[in-house]
Amino acid sequence: MDVLEQRLAEWRTHVGRSPAVAGVDVEELESHLRDQVEDLRRVGLDDDEAFLVAVRRLGAVDGLSAEYAREHGDRLWKQLVLAPPAEDRRSRGRLRQALLLAVGAGLAVQVPRLLGAGVERPADLGLLVLLVLPFLVVLVGTRAGAALGPRGWLVAAVPFVVGAVAVLAPPWAEGSSTEVLVVLHLPVLLWAAVGHAHAGGRWRSHEARMDVVRFTGEWVVYYALVALGGGVVVGLTVLLLQPAGEPVLEQVLLWLVPSGAAGAVVVAAWLVEAKQQVVENMAPVLTAVFTPLVALVLAASAVVYATTGLAADFDRDLLLGFDLLLLVVLGLVLYALSAQEPTRRPGVMDRVQLVAVVSALVLDALVLASLLGRLGELGPTPNRVAALGLNAVLLVDLVVAAVLAVRFLAGRAGADRPARWQTAYLPVLVVWAAVVVVVLPPVFAFR
Amino acid sequence: MRIDKDLVAASASPLVLAILCEGETYGYALLQRVREVSGGDMEWADGMLYPLLHRLERQRWVTADWRTPPGGRRRKYYAITPEGRAALAEQRRQWGAVVRALEGVWPSLPSAALPAPGGA
Repeated sequence: MDVLEQRLAEWRTHVGRSPAVAGVDVEELESHLRDQVEDLRRVGLDDDEAFLVAVRRLGAVDGLSAEYAREHGDRLWKQLVLAPPAEDRRSRGRLRQALLLAVGAGLAVQVPRLLGAGVERPADLGLLVLLVLPFLVVLVGTRAGAALGPRGWLVAAVPFVVGAVAVLAPPWAEGSSTEVLVVLHLPVLLWAAVGHAHAGGRWRSHEARMDVVRFTGEWVVYYALVALGGGVVVGLTVLLLQPAGEPVLEQVLLWLVPSGAAGAVVVAAWLVEAKQQVVENMAPVLTAVFTPLVALVLAASAVVYATTGLAADFDRDLLLGFDLLLLVVLGLVLYALSAQEPTRRPGVMDRVQLVAVVSALVLDALVLASLLGRLGELGPTPNRVAALGLNAVLLVDLVVAAVLAVRFLAGRAGADRPARWQTAYLPVLVVWAAVVVVVLPPVFAFR
Repeated sequence: MRIDKDLVAASASPLVLAILCEGETYGYALLQRVREVSGGDMEWADGMLYPLLHRLERQRWVTADWRTPPGGRRRKYYAITPEGRAALAEQRRQWGAVVRALEGVWPSLPSAALPAPGGA
């Protein structure tokens, strides 16, 4: 290999090491370098000299990657350029902290039971969520990229205080449906505190919110993986302890299952942070696999219900299924958006995603129409109002998402517009969850 | 004369857009043109041009295309879009306002602040 090619190869490896400079960027810079070298050789420099001058003119690699990082922040959430690579000592300290917090969460979740309170009513479950998530907030709020200030911690505590009052204070009636609604919406409200801590309080920034979306998506993936492993462990424990008798087994499981589930909340978050590069490559694959599947399911159900109508046997279970499906679509769209380059061109996946969004839109509109009909006919109940609000919030989101996706496919909007819309809309979801947690129960007298 | 780097940074985007108005081109040729029009006064680290071009692309002011001209090497060509032209017109108005404001105050300066004859 001649000297120039060898130097260029070394240079490529060196520049390509920065996560902010993607492969095609290196190619573009290399093309520039070759032009410069050619010109310099024409005025009499040899290969080596020409290469040195050309590289010098290009600018120091550090400065260059910092400049790329400023423009391509999305490639950078590994924070390898902005924050220097974590030394071993720091990452080991971080592991110890994560383990302590996980143990803390595992113990906290046992407190109500040890104090003699049962876990039978929905509000008890809400209490457990309230006890576990602070440990997660502490973990994400103390990571290197967040650096949450004292005010930030106070803000992060607000949803917990509000949630605790909303769950514990009311005189819940037996079989109260507002109690169930509060517990279902509480995690969304508390996750806003997690997101706030993760963003280091900079939740006004689109990029920081997108990082929270990525974090959430990966956390879900890791939690599912840990839960699978946990299921195997529980199964083995049952097999092993069966001969020791029912009471022993019950005691062990009473500790193992809730504490394991609570500790995994923290461990999954630590895994996201420590093993980012692993799942980063999984996000595009997962969305590529599941978006077409969900699009298919949605399109089929949209066609079925658009022709047969919903009204007849539209009950609460079906409604719950619909809402879950819509939330899954939203999650998939968000997760897919979080893994995309802001300057890419429309592709097949964007069309598939549009099919999913439009089908979801049709379903949502049907659900809303049916809900409004029942509301008019049978009067408002907490469930109907909560479902109506959620579906209305989702409808607005999906309409704008569909319009932006169409505009993007037509080449009239940038690829980052849908992503910006979604991150801008996130607070609306949080606000609606807060309304259900705080306002709805007293309005319906805690029925 | 070396131009202050903040000033270089501020003028970079209108300069690049204006050069792209002359026709599509690739990074290296674009930088040659910058040197030519500035008489070498504007010192850029060559590499900084590309993040700037990528930003303009994200703002949809320019489009980029990898192409291999006959007998040439594969290069990324940049072309200005109608939005880019509109943005350039706006920036031109703003720069015009800045220049007019400065020219309004230059005459009232004491003579010490005037450039020495023959340049610094």
